[in-house]
Amino acid sequence: MIRAQVLICGGTGCTSSGSATLIEEFEAQLKAFELEEEVKIVRTGCFGLCALGPVVIVYPDGTFYSCVQKDDVKEIVSEHLLKGRPVDRLVYKDVDESVVEEAGKVVSLNDTTFYKKQNRVALRNCGVINPESIDEYIAMDGYVALGKCLTEMTPEQVIQVVKDSGLRGRGGGGFPTGLKWSFTAANQADQKYVVCNADEGDPGAFMDRSVLEGDPHCIIEAMAICGYATGATEGYVYVRAEYPIAVERLQKAIDDAREYGLLGKNIFGSGFDFDLFIRLGAGAFVCGEETALMTSIEGNRGEPRPRPPYPAVKGLFGKPTTENNVETFANIPTIIREGADFFASMGTEKSKGTKVFALGGKIKNTGLVEIPMGTTLREIIEEIGGGIPNGKKFKAAQTGGPSGGCIPASLMDTKIDYDNLTAIGCMMGSGGLIVMDEDNCMVDIAKFFLNFTVDESCGKCTPCRVGTKRLLEMLDKVTDGNATLEDLDKIEELCNYIKENSLCGLGQTAPNPVLATLKFFRDEYVAHVVDKKCPAGVCKNLLSYTIEADKCKGCTLCARKCPVGAISGTVKEAHTIDPSKCIKCGVCMDSCKFKAIVKS
Amino acid sequence: MKSLAELAAIKEKMQNKVVMREGTGDLRVVVGMATCGIAAGARPVLNAFVEAVNAENLADKVTVTQTGCIGICQYEPVVEIFEAGKDKVTYVKMNAEKAKEVVEKHLKGGQPISEYTYKDEV
Repeated sequence: MIRAQVLICGGTGCTSSGSATLIEEFEAQLKAFELEEEVKIVRTGCFGLCALGPVVIVYPDGTFYSCVQKDDVKEIVSEHLLKGRPVDRLVYKDVDESVVEEAGKVVSLNDTTFYKKQNRVALRNCGVINPESIDEYIAMDGYVALGKCLTEMTPEQVIQVVKDSGLRGRGGGGFPTGLKWSFTAANQADQKYVVCNADEGDPGAFMDRSVLEGDPHCIIEAMAICGYATGATEGYVYVRAEYPIAVERLQKAIDDAREYGLLGKNIFGSGFDFDLFIRLGAGAFVCGEETALMTSIEGNRGEPRPRPPYPAVKGLFGKPTTENNVETFANIPTIIREGADFFASMGTEKSKGTKVFALGGKIKNTGLVEIPMGTTLREIIEEIGGGIPNGKKFKAAQTGGPSGGCIPASLMDTKIDYDNLTAIGCMMGSGGLIVMDEDNCMVDIAKFFLNFTVDESCGKCTPCRVGTKRLLEMLDKVTDGNATLEDLDKIEELCNYIKENSLCGLGQTAPNPVLATLKFFRDEYVAHVVDKKCPAGVCKNLLSYTIEADKCKGCTLCARKCPVGAISGTVKEAHTIDPSKCIKCGVCMDSCKFKAIVKS
Repeated sequence: MKSLAELAAIKEKMQNKVVMREGTGDLRVVVGMATCGIAAGARPVLNAFVEAVNAENLADKVTVTQTGCIGICQYEPVVEIFEAGKDKVTYVKMNAEKAKEVVEKHLKGGQPISEYTYKDEV
């Protein structure tokens, strides 16, 4: 009889920090202590706290271990699993002082500052079940929603519940999901399709990946529900080939669901047929755009096409198609099971429910968080995220990746939802949230994202193909210190032109990072242009390193470290840097023991 | 899958295997499993609790867990029962048979078995 369970994170983050060897080691140690009949090991999906991986949770007490290494396993087995003494040094304990530890009861995960403000709907099973076990999914009320739809509800009723829940597209656009479904349902055709967009391309975003890795069955269930509601009998999940764990688990989930008859003919004896297929994307960013994605599934080069006709009318293979993002689908089973009111009780007036964010950049708790809509950026960064490391100051948060904008420190108390973010010239995007501190140059950030879109532009339309390239060249001019104030106006003008004239979402949103940084950090642009200075000290061409003669002891260390021989001077006398040779690598400054070298 | 009943049957079968992860129940059975406890036979006691709780379908209400040395080593195996809003009950010199009885009478029936509990010896 199993008396304890060891949950080990098998998400991509923890897998790369070595959770697979932990599993082997746990198996070996449990055997050595003859506990293999009493303790079960479960490999789960992402717990969210990726910064502190590999993560291990021991139930029933719920002890949360972080940064577990192979050598720690024996101690956990012999001390905790055998003798009941949690290994204190490995326990994650970032909690308020108000939480008092009680004898024999460990601090609950939900009391830690990382989890306290979270509300997991889309991620409800991530880190809780074994994603490769359909039985565990069923034990957590899996497929109940599908059963309910097929046996008790009409397609119209299903759509009405989704409409009433207020769910909006989580891929970034925020289009009401129920309305989208009703469009497809209204069109008559001999064949309709459901497509799941798992082509997560934003740098820094890994929400969809984690859902597919941690709870693949919820996507299958949701797509089948969507198929029933819209009259589709076939579905495709378009997922990038760079997500091998997600692809493998989803395929296993589809196979298991077929074997149980949860996919296939006559599901639940209702006469409804539905089957699902995976299509792998090669990683082109533009394939996240719905029309390009469908073109790619059809076997053609992934290029967008003009809309209308919208996919609800003419989508995949020319048939009416409903396309939703992974996270949107992940909310559906809970909405059907718990009802529209449950979902609508969370969030703000026009943005209901929760949103998953992938926290990254200059933040302590890098990872995955799910919060109710309306939570402020300050709560996400300072409380859940644990703040900025090394005592640095928060400067801005970038949302929506290359299509999004940035939220400056002055707007940190904005309640995050679709409309508030649009109002401040930002966008929700898919949920990547990259935190920047005072060491980040905002012009450089804008350049980084624009570089990405220049690479990823498919080339079909001129405003995007040529426009983004010219825009990047103008930004280069700024960071090289060759731009004028007039150029800033030109940049803005070009941004607006690209926005208005591009064919698809990629081009229409590509200038957003530039526009947002220009709006909130114009002073940084001006500093580059007028003062020829980069305030954050990032843009190399505007930097110069000098040696303060009174502090220099003439130790010659910097001269020996300099890779290009730009530093000269005699022993015990002040040295100098030749700016024409200097490559601004900063090695001299790092090596100087007397802080005699300054960057300006 | 031809019916909801089939789905419910799988859920039923699996329930006890995942319920442990849903957070602690109202009742917590804590078995002392330090060296002294193990030497006195705490492991069969712990396993007896786990088995009896599952057999009685109490897994969603009762959490069976372990702790280190409680400090009264001569009374091991020691088992403490915590219930929200009530004083804890400490059972001493336990064995597997007594464990089954505690599950039956205390956890299920709500009546602590006072003859097995710890008492100050005068």
